[in-house]
Amino acid sequence: MYKVSKERKKDELEMRKVYSATLKELMEKDARITALEADLMSSMTMDLLQKELPNRVINCGIMEANIIGMAGGLSIAGKIPFVHTFTAFASRRCFDQLFMSVSYQKNNVKVIASDAGVTAVHNGGTHMSFEDMGIVRGLAGSIVLEATDAVMFTDIIKQTAEKYGFYWIRTMRKNAEKIYEDGSTFEIGKGNVLKDGKDITLIANGIMVSEALKAADKLEKEGHSVAVIDMFTLKPIDKDLIIKYAKQTGKIVTCENHSIHNGLGSAVAEVLSENYPVKMKRVGINERYGQVGTLDFLMKEYGLISDNMYEEAKKLLG
Amino acid sequence: MDNYKEIKKFAKRIRIDVLKMLVNLGFGHFGGSLSVVETLAVLYGAVMKVDPKNPDWDGRDYMVLSKGHAGPALYSTLAIKGFFEESELMTLNINGTHLPSHPDRLLTKGVDVTTGSLGQGISIAAGIALAERLSGKDNRVFSIVGDGELNEGQCWEAFQFIAHHNLNNLVTFVDYNKQQLDGTLEEIIRPFSFVEKFNAFGFEAVQVKGDDIEGIYNLLKDKRSEKQKPLAIILDTKKGQGVKYIENLKNSHHLRLTDEIKIEIEKAIIEIEKEAE
Repeated sequence: MYKVSKERKKDELEMRKVYSATLKELMEKDARITALEADLMSSMTMDLLQKELPNRVINCGIMEANIIGMAGGLSIAGKIPFVHTFTAFASRRCFDQLFMSVSYQKNNVKVIASDAGVTAVHNGGTHMSFEDMGIVRGLAGSIVLEATDAVMFTDIIKQTAEKYGFYWIRTMRKNAEKIYEDGSTFEIGKGNVLKDGKDITLIANGIMVSEALKAADKLEKEGHSVAVIDMFTLKPIDKDLIIKYAKQTGKIVTCENHSIHNGLGSAVAEVLSENYPVKMKRVGINERYGQVGTLDFLMKEYGLISDNMYEEAKKLLG
Repeated sequence: MDNYKEIKKFAKRIRIDVLKMLVNLGFGHFGGSLSVVETLAVLYGAVMKVDPKNPDWDGRDYMVLSKGHAGPALYSTLAIKGFFEESELMTLNINGTHLPSHPDRLLTKGVDVTTGSLGQGISIAAGIALAERLSGKDNRVFSIVGDGELNEGQCWEAFQFIAHHNLNNLVTFVDYNKQQLDGTLEEIIRPFSFVEKFNAFGFEAVQVKGDDIEGIYNLLKDKRSEKQKPLAIILDTKKGQGVKYIENLKNSHHLRLTDEIKIEIEKAIIEIEKEAE
């Protein structure tokens, strides 16, 4: 069960520290857990864990295709591999390996894809992936998640370690906005209703969840009743919840730090058009690539802000 | 080796089954299946620890046929070894089969790894070898990669990792049959010296005739000691090995049987059957 934090503030713990601390806890309990890194170990604070558990954290160097293949092999021999690299390289660089070495032969591999979308900030457009979730959701049986905050990231890392299968877990590396109270747990495959409402539903994931809450505040000040859903599981998407809120509010805005093509907006549109079509708008990256900049700058530049969601919602509310 | 004759006979049986299953189908990857026959016979006949009645036994040695298009040779080997009935071989590639062109670990007993998209098998083999080492087990992993497949950069990523971590519980075979799909390696991507390349990558590389059963066995009979480098065995093979007619074809990677080819292969089957008796 999750509880929404009343206080709006940044997480105290960076997402990367959540990863290394949670893996440490898991590794101490389960000898099968093995972490593979792609020369971005220190970027994820996994270098500290490697000092403690040198045989359990393997820095494979800059060879993403090989790493994904090796993860498949580790799974075949009974290990539970977690692979971390930047979202861009974990997806674009080695998609056929994700296909054949992992998904096609049903291996038990968890990919932690950091620096989601614009959170790659000063590494710029080459390091920004607006495509990854769209690419990965095309693989049959893949489970595609985006961690919203530290509490959720901790919980889903632990859950995926216990669940067999190919999991894609997208995250930022630094401090996320705190959304959930400590101790919250989450059900993969279910959307989280952060706020109920009657006039319109905002469905967001990742860094856009806190923006959706801000947009809802502004709309409510104008008298609109706004529902906000954190759709942290992109696949399998929570169809029932989308249909319920389409019926309840009749209008939907999706918000994602990802291309609107084949990401959250597309997934929601698929459910609506097949089941209960209502008017919707998609906020996200639209036919553009990334660039360098601070997170604030990039979020404004690409329209990944509450004001933009507010504007799109107003178009539907009339 | 003690059972040289037995292994030689095993190889002939594998070769006959490969030919029969592909003739039955009318098309398939003849050349590259035939070139690895002796290696598979040595591995499954004299080296690898496997249990046909318990294919997932965790004490087994692993086979990663990275050049997945040699699937028919692996299937023949596994069937003769008793993983499944030899009669099933005639279901190769028919609709709904358990024996697809390229091995699928979810479909076929005894297939450890799904391969087919070239370049990935060595990485998977490295993952298995790493896992076995981390678990303190002394199982071995054998991987067969095609010479054309070594065009793929991923193979060389994997070799760097294997050498750096000295995963000498993994043996890499290169099926150096000198042909890839569209022509010879010399025409398409010149390999220069595989032995020199592997040595430079931190392996101990040895070239051996691909039908030299004793030579291959002698390289494999002892496990590597802790300080020895990982072994790369360059199998000097012929595409279509053991069937003169196919050896002499310019391009035997994938054959669709004409009446002429079929008659020639049927003749070859009879000859090999006679020799095997």
